[in-house]
Amino acid sequence: MATSEDVKKLAALARISVPEGKLTRFAEEFDGILKYVSQLEELQVPKGEPLLPYTNVFRADADPHEKGKWTEKLAEQFPAREGNALSVKQIISHD
Amino acid sequence: MTDAGAKRPNELSITEAASVLRSGQFSVRELFDACFATAEARNSELNAYREFFIDAETDAAIDAAQKRLDTEGEKAPMLCGVPLAIKDNILIEGRIASASSKILENYRATYDATVIMKLKAEGAIFIGRTNMDEFAMGSSTEHSAFGATKNPHDVSRVPGGSSGGSAAAVAAHTVIAALGSDTGGSIRQPAAHCGLVGFKPTYGSISRSGLMALGSSLDQIGPLTKTVADAKILFDAIQGNDTLDSTTIPAESPYEKRGTPKVFRVGVPYHLLDSGIDPDLRANFDIALQKIKEQGHEIVEVNLPTSSYALAVYYVIMPAEASTNLSRFDGMRYGLAKRGKTLLDDYVETRTEGFGEEVQRRILLGTFVLSSGYIDAYYRKADAARAVLTKEYDDAFEKVDVIAFPTTPSPAFKFGEKSDPVSMYLEDIFTVTANLTGMPAISVPMGTVMREGKDLSTGIHFTAPKGADDLLFTIGAAITGETLLHGH
Repeated sequence: MATSEDVKKLAALARISVPEGKLTRFAEEFDGILKYVSQLEELQVPKGEPLLPYTNVFRADADPHEKGKWTEKLAEQFPAREGNALSVKQIISHD
Repeated sequence: MTDAGAKRPNELSITEAASVLRSGQFSVRELFDACFATAEARNSELNAYREFFIDAETDAAIDAAQKRLDTEGEKAPMLCGVPLAIKDNILIEGRIASASSKILENYRATYDATVIMKLKAEGAIFIGRTNMDEFAMGSSTEHSAFGATKNPHDVSRVPGGSSGGSAAAVAAHTVIAALGSDTGGSIRQPAAHCGLVGFKPTYGSISRSGLMALGSSLDQIGPLTKTVADAKILFDAIQGNDTLDSTTIPAESPYEKRGTPKVFRVGVPYHLLDSGIDPDLRANFDIALQKIKEQGHEIVEVNLPTSSYALAVYYVIMPAEASTNLSRFDGMRYGLAKRGKTLLDDYVETRTEGFGEEVQRRILLGTFVLSSGYIDAYYRKADAARAVLTKEYDDAFEKVDVIAFPTTPSPAFKFGEKSDPVSMYLEDIFTVTANLTGMPAISVPMGTVMREGKDLSTGIHFTAPKGADDLLFTIGAAITGETLLHGH
């Protein structure tokens, strides 16, 4: 059974805050979904069955676009900027 | 094409529109205006569009397309001058693309998606961006942050989702065709509910560059159209290898070349259809199979035992990928940016206010199935099951050319009817398998069922082996009675 505490913990991991008033409902719905998904437990998958054949796809590190081509377009989207730099809160404290 | 003359221009298919534009019966401007007039008149009721693109850029595109038709005539691309609607999660440079989420409400795309570049090169005209379930998470378009879209055939019902805006826009004849995206059925299910053709190509056929990611191993862009021929035209225009998406199929395809058979062997997994299917819809399905048989094709029973677990597999894999993909939305570089006391507050406040409930639910679910202690039981098990499921389909395709079942278990439902998440998820029970296996699939109208005096659309669904997308157009046309032109 998922508890309100479980939902709170997952939310913290996901950088979301679920308000107190919604926690019980979220936990209940979560249980419903997990119950459905848990039918996987009864499914037997052959041991050693190879997973899907994933392959890496590489390309040559070549043909760069001209310098600065996208800078202004991207910087226009910044919530706060200093020149072409993205401005954020100080992370490391010197105290 | 015989009755093209009797239709209003906005009611035409792509093939019909291409024909009247070339004959000069309608200009590109007249075709666009006819679509826009209908779109504007219907949108307050349907909420199919988030925004219309009525500006100098569109005017210039209309003029350029007309010029091209005038000079190139028959040689102009089929889509030249044809108005299209684009789902709100596909980037068009300089235009807002919000995925119908508050977190991207004012986000302006900095580049064109590859599909958009290709359509621009063809001379297609973009009429607007269409409403969707937020970040494509939903099967009804009720989860849009900007209000639900209504089904044009019965406005008390959902159009399906998540590409519900695109489906409603085409079904209400406000545009000639539209693009959607399909992660678990988001093109095919709304197509079925709105009486359209919806096509999810082989994974990797179409570049995902410029499509906002939901489940990266599942997502594909595809067309929502009035005819099978139109779906093929749009697919042919936007498919192809792309250096901007390393998961696109290389020019030398690794998939077995399959010719189009004269006699199709159509596999039907009857064991999946024993329960949970609306009886009237099942009757339509049986009639459609009969129609296929009468055209000389064979119906063969196939067994796909792991299919009954497909939805459970999907609801592990998709949230896992979604929670990972959506971690990029942190209020730092673009989109909604809430500011609190600390940097952590900035992240949490932005994501809490920016994401709707269903998005938060799936992020939490994804975080759970990937968390230490659960990843083996859920994610790795689901991944293994996905491989088994794929093998079952591969084996079935040794015996049959395509596999058929209904696209959805029932016709379009009413707003609020599926408020419990699991009941909503069950809408996709048939469609998710094609995404999990990467196989191409199409939904084609198979007649209507009557509910409360309204005719509601139903769809038949065909799956083909990877790379055999063309088989789906041929068998789809057998249902609609279209004659496909080959070789273009």
